[in-house]
Amino acid sequence: MGVPPGRVTSRAWVRALLRLVFALALPAVLVAVWWAASAGSTNVYWPPLRTVFGVFPDVWTGERLRGDVLPSVLRLAAGYTAAAVAGVALGTVIGSWRAVRALCEPVLEFLRAVPPPVLVPVIMLFAGIGDTMKIAVIASGCVWPVLLNTVEGVRAVDPVLADTARSYGITGVARLRQVVLRSASPQIFAGLRQALSIGIILMVISEMFAASNGLGFTVVQFQRGFAIPDMWTGILLLGLLGFLLSVLFGLAERRVLGWYHGLRESGRRSP
Amino acid sequence: MRGSDAALGAAGCAVFVLLGEAVPRLGLVDEDHFPPAGRIAVALGSELSDTAFWSALGDTLTGWALGLAIAVSAGVVAGVVISVTPYLREVTASTIEFLRPIPSVALIPLAVLLYGTELRSVLLLVVYAAFWQVLIQVLYGVRDVDPVAEETARSYGLGAWARIRHVLWPTALPYVMTGVRLAAAVALILAVTAELVIGAPGLGARIAVAQTSQAVPEMYALIVVTGVLGLLVNVGARAVERRALAWHQSVRGEVAV
Repeated sequence: MGVPPGRVTSRAWVRALLRLVFALALPAVLVAVWWAASAGSTNVYWPPLRTVFGVFPDVWTGERLRGDVLPSVLRLAAGYTAAAVAGVALGTVIGSWRAVRALCEPVLEFLRAVPPPVLVPVIMLFAGIGDTMKIAVIASGCVWPVLLNTVEGVRAVDPVLADTARSYGITGVARLRQVVLRSASPQIFAGLRQALSIGIILMVISEMFAASNGLGFTVVQFQRGFAIPDMWTGILLLGLLGFLLSVLFGLAERRVLGWYHGLRESGRRSP
Repeated sequence: MRGSDAALGAAGCAVFVLLGEAVPRLGLVDEDHFPPAGRIAVALGSELSDTAFWSALGDTLTGWALGLAIAVSAGVVAGVVISVTPYLREVTASTIEFLRPIPSVALIPLAVLLYGTELRSVLLLVVYAAFWQVLIQVLYGVRDVDPVAEETARSYGLGAWARIRHVLWPTALPYVMTGVRLAAAVALILAVTAELVIGAPGLGARIAVAQTSQAVPEMYALIVVTGVLGLLVNVGARAVERRALAWHQSVRGEVAV
């Protein structure tokens, strides 16, 4: 408190700068190493990084972003949202009644254990090879982590909290929103995070199987056409997309679960 | 209580199978798309008596086990080294956060080019996907080490290796085990996916063949097999976890008393 404000800010600046250096140093070194090691590469499969960066703007033009990346992202968004809604709704129902839970649990465990990509051929039988198939594949894979985590979260609602809410006459929708879903939300978000990575995998796989556009389709086309630098740009773009979605998810999670993280922080500090 | 739960669970399974039989029989869905459970069971029976099925199962399990073993050992070693070396943690944090969400299936085209349909292209995908699960858990686990225990070990003159062995590892083990359990499930998904998409020999490739040759009941039978496999992997991983951490609960119990 007694420190002059100017000094505090300069120290904070140094700390922020240091953190930035720490964050950027290794990626910079890795990219530099890759750049240098691949500079003279004559291996067809490992083109120089300079070439890959060079073709990137040519490959991912506005048209391709609109024609391939946008449809992929929209399918992912549609499938993921459907899975999240269905997972939370079903999970709340199953988690709230003990008998329903006991009835469904073994079947749900089995369905979750099926590796989601093997459902692509099955859903192709029903839905053909259009957008519906891809959205259904993404939704059917993403729903299980959300569903099972919601069941666990709803089940673990603090009984004292539930009783208190009941004695205050909080029932119906208010109870569901303020008590049940709120206390289950950390678990639900854990499920949603797992579902996100499964969703990206399924988005790519469903497009690799049968599609006429999309990121997965394009990357495989490049590979089959031996357009290796183009293929590398596709891999890099998929990586960037995965990273971007994970950052967005982190931001959303911090916003929604802010109260929870704050609670844990203060809990850690007070004893 | 437990007995009635088990009975309800069994009833649930029975209802599930009955629905699988009744829905196509009643014409609610096309039998060509969704054969009745009985026909799937018959197809499963003929798969089980086929030696090609067993060798495909062996291929899948080999890719899974080998990939998991590599990923777990690499993840544990990398995690411990990153944690105990000063500054390495801060330096690597951003890179790990960047590489982790990259979907491993993005590597499929590269794997095809480099290794074709060999086991190695399955391993590339499996190891990449499973490695991060273990690494992240190890990093979290090491961060959980009690600073007092660490200082005590230091003041008793324990060397770096002994501190890792007696202080760091026991604390991190529960986290590591969770990582292994997650990695085991992810490794199976990626092994089957790689076979399905790339065509490396295994259950996934057999599903792809059944699909293209319109052998719908066989396809469902193979999918059921992958589900059972996934179930066994989960149950097995939990059993290993319980075994490896048996001491953990007991130690906690003693402290509580």
